[in-house]
Amino acid sequence: MPDPVIVAQDLRKTYAGFAAVDGISFAVERGESFGLLGPNGAGKSTTMRMVGAVSTRTGGSLSVLGLDPDRHGPEIRSQLGVVPQSDNLDTELRVRENLLVYGRYFGLPRAQVARRADELLAFAQLEDKAKAKVDALSGGMKRRLTIARALINDPSILLLDEPTTGLDPQARHILWDRLFRLKEQGTTLLLTTHYMDEAEQLCDRIVVVDKGAIMAEGSPAELIRRYSSKEVLEVRFGSSRNSEVAERLQGIGDRVEVLPDRILIYTGNGEAELVRLTDAGLHPITSLVRRSSLEDVFLRLTGRTLIE
Amino acid sequence: MSTPDAARPQAPAASAGGQSDAAARAIRATRNSRRWGSWYVAEHRFRVMRSYAQTVLVTAIGNPVIYLYAMGVGLATLVDGNLGADAVTGVDYLTFVAPALLCSAAISVASEEFTYPVMLGFKWNPVFYGMNASPIQPGQIINGLVISVAARMLVTCGLYFGFMLLFGAVPSPTGFLAIFAALLTGMGFGALLMGYTSTLTEDTGQLAMVMRFIILPMTLFSGTFFPLDLLPLYLRWIGWISPLWHGTELSRVFAYGAVEPVWLSVVHVLYLAALLMIGWVWARRVAVRRLNK
Repeated sequence: MPDPVIVAQDLRKTYAGFAAVDGISFAVERGESFGLLGPNGAGKSTTMRMVGAVSTRTGGSLSVLGLDPDRHGPEIRSQLGVVPQSDNLDTELRVRENLLVYGRYFGLPRAQVARRADELLAFAQLEDKAKAKVDALSGGMKRRLTIARALINDPSILLLDEPTTGLDPQARHILWDRLFRLKEQGTTLLLTTHYMDEAEQLCDRIVVVDKGAIMAEGSPAELIRRYSSKEVLEVRFGSSRNSEVAERLQGIGDRVEVLPDRILIYTGNGEAELVRLTDAGLHPITSLVRRSSLEDVFLRLTGRTLIE
Repeated sequence: MSTPDAARPQAPAASAGGQSDAAARAIRATRNSRRWGSWYVAEHRFRVMRSYAQTVLVTAIGNPVIYLYAMGVGLATLVDGNLGADAVTGVDYLTFVAPALLCSAAISVASEEFTYPVMLGFKWNPVFYGMNASPIQPGQIINGLVISVAARMLVTCGLYFGFMLLFGAVPSPTGFLAIFAALLTGMGFGALLMGYTSTLTEDTGQLAMVMRFIILPMTLFSGTFFPLDLLPLYLRWIGWISPLWHGTELSRVFAYGAVEPVWLSVVHVLYLAALLMIGWVWARRVAVRRLNK
């Protein structure tokens, strides 16, 4: 039986005539990991703020845990964990203190907060940094502390806005591992990202958002199946020649996308297409066969790449 | 000092349907924060203040010693020696100036605690946004700030008063009430400052201007070091609108029984209380606007 914890219908947010979120609808089930994928400025963060009950919607309806954010903002927020896009940890306090103070905002007893803070420092692998100053932490550690802080109230839903933006690959993987554990424990995750690999790693279901509207919805595999081919052949002929060569690619692959720096050939079998290409007398400077990703889905849906 | 937190929650709408369990749990879980949220925010400020507790204590003890000695002993020798020991409104200079110094101390706590923590919370290290993502509401953030500053100010003024007693500057048995007059002075002025600071999205020198062109002249022309009557009539309005003048005059009534009509004392209290309420409501409104985007 479906048990949605977040239901948005025709949700809108307008700033001085500009529609940041322009009528989007989605539902997130309990225990699900749900992603909003889209480029910067697509309306993801605005959507997150409305779900987080810190931004009043302009139109449409929204229910979080069966409550309306307009009327029950604090009640909804008591059940959420929020990891904002930019860390707002308290730099005047030490690492563990950040957790202690934050837990109190939820009205939790001091002893319970202290116990929970120690558990979360272990979870975030920050035990030996408990007394450190926040500014002394690396970017990855700060993010982990922010996530630990978001978990202090044992939330039903965790909202993560661009959780790994700005982190190096190793820090991202540590973070993904932590988030994956939460997912396994049944925490509902709602996250925004413009990284395809992140969405593929963490999300059961995704909506692709662009210019405040939803372009497509489904699991990563479904979206790839629906909007892309199994494999992609990427070839480079040098930026001056790409568009010229593209004209000679008629009949090769299912579909061809010409980007400024490379040509993408969508096909069921990349290696076979590469052979056909060389047989036709075309010799790319570099070539690469890879599996289709959400990046390709996004390109197909919007005609643009995610990171521009 | 309590303000009502936001209205009590109502029962979840009928549309909640199958979610009523989760909704009911949420409502239960939020009870404490709705009731005590302002105090939780104050708790945060106290924790932060602890990190500069030494500065707080050193200024709270050092200032009265330095000022009471310099003005009340040093300058007083000159004043009393030339004009007589009861020349300034019927008392010696130390007794005259001490209540004013007490109120100035409250103003200086206000000008510190109602400016930088506000800029910090909204902008430099936006912890207010973090609080706002929890069940804490924007109005409670402002309340918490007010509570914490009032507490620090009370400690500062209490210590100051202790030194006034040591210097023998408080002849009246009702003298201790001057502490509360000073508190009202600091909070009335401070709340306005908090309201103004909360509207700043960037500090491009506005706060320094406030210090230089509002707080400093106010300190000099509020009947602090000499009675306001000594100023030419066209400058006395500075005193009349100055929270420091109202607070100082009230403190003098308590500290040494300075003579003024009762209605004027009532005006002092009402004026300062009005500033406090205006600044408080102003800051709460701005906080709602800034935190709910």
